[in-house]
Amino acid sequence: MSKFRKNGSKELPAISTASLPDVVFMLLFFFMTVTTMREVTLMVRQTLPQATELNKLEKKSLVSYIYVGVPQPQFQRVFGNEPRIQLNDEFHEVGDIIDFIVAERQARDEAEIPFMITSLKVDEYTKMKIVQDIKQELRRASALHINYSSRKRVENN
Amino acid sequence: MAKKPPEIPSASLADIAFLLLIFFMVTTTMDADKGLERRLPPMAENIDEKDAPPVKERNVFIVLVNKDNQLLVEGEWMNVRELREKAKEFMANPYDDENLPEKETKEVNFFGEVQVSKGIISLQNDLGTQYGTYIEVQNELVGAINDLRNELAKSKFGKSFDLLDKEKQDAIREIYPQRISEAEPKGIKPGGGK
Repeated sequence: MSKFRKNGSKELPAISTASLPDVVFMLLFFFMTVTTMREVTLMVRQTLPQATELNKLEKKSLVSYIYVGVPQPQFQRVFGNEPRIQLNDEFHEVGDIIDFIVAERQARDEAEIPFMITSLKVDEYTKMKIVQDIKQELRRASALHINYSSRKRVENN
Repeated sequence: MAKKPPEIPSASLADIAFLLLIFFMVTTTMDADKGLERRLPPMAENIDEKDAPPVKERNVFIVLVNKDNQLLVEGEWMNVRELREKAKEFMANPYDDENLPEKETKEVNFFGEVQVSKGIISLQNDLGTQYGTYIEVQNELVGAINDLRNELAKSKFGKSFDLLDKEKQDAIREIYPQRISEAEPKGIKPGGGK
């Protein structure tokens, strides 16, 4: 054993773990900043359509979401199995959209209102009638900047 | 002499941080929200149909989608896959075809005098159209214009459109504007429309 050891016999010091918390904190802050938590629970079933020409939604805080789709199985008894509109955590009628937009506006700063975007998360198999009604309501509420939420399509040709 | 209070041990700090870290790692969803961005036309107060300037037939690219998700483009049945090429041909009109839109001469930054197409794409769907099809058609139409912009950007500046600075992008936007108008869908009033 002592064959390999030099006479000084200096032990290799253990790696200091003092900086471990710092490293972990750094990672922690990274994840805390990139995290976006879902504020609403989806009550409708959704498969978003696919598209290629996508724009990213930049400012999350300025986006209001409108979900459309067939209610999840546990809600179907009450709400039926026709596509419904979900605003925040409740099912709503088309007529409630104006109120929803107004409430969303009031929650924001006045200077930010012109930059607000409405994101339509609509199931692929929905008929256009309900979407058309929503669009008319949004025009009436003059929330004209919209975004049809879709997934990136992978070209396979 | 008062006893010094014992220091709080910081050995567990790393554990706490780890716990939080794992929590955030689990809840994180990295996927950014993406989608097709469009602008709705403002609600018309009470515009008469007559007030709108008349648009020549050759300047309009009519896309109809019926309730069975079939496309009728300029009076012809068409597959969605062919739509992009057709729309590009319409907007660019490279050979000054008489049936394709007119052009007007415009002064544009960086380019000087350019022939700008007067073409408008008109999209009309049925109330029974599937949303997925609608998005697909919209995507092709937006894609056609994006393709044209990209081609122009590549030939003029040697970069793709997204990488140009704002003034150059605006110049190209002026040459290939995104004029997609959506007509009121059929069947909004029962029996209305043709």
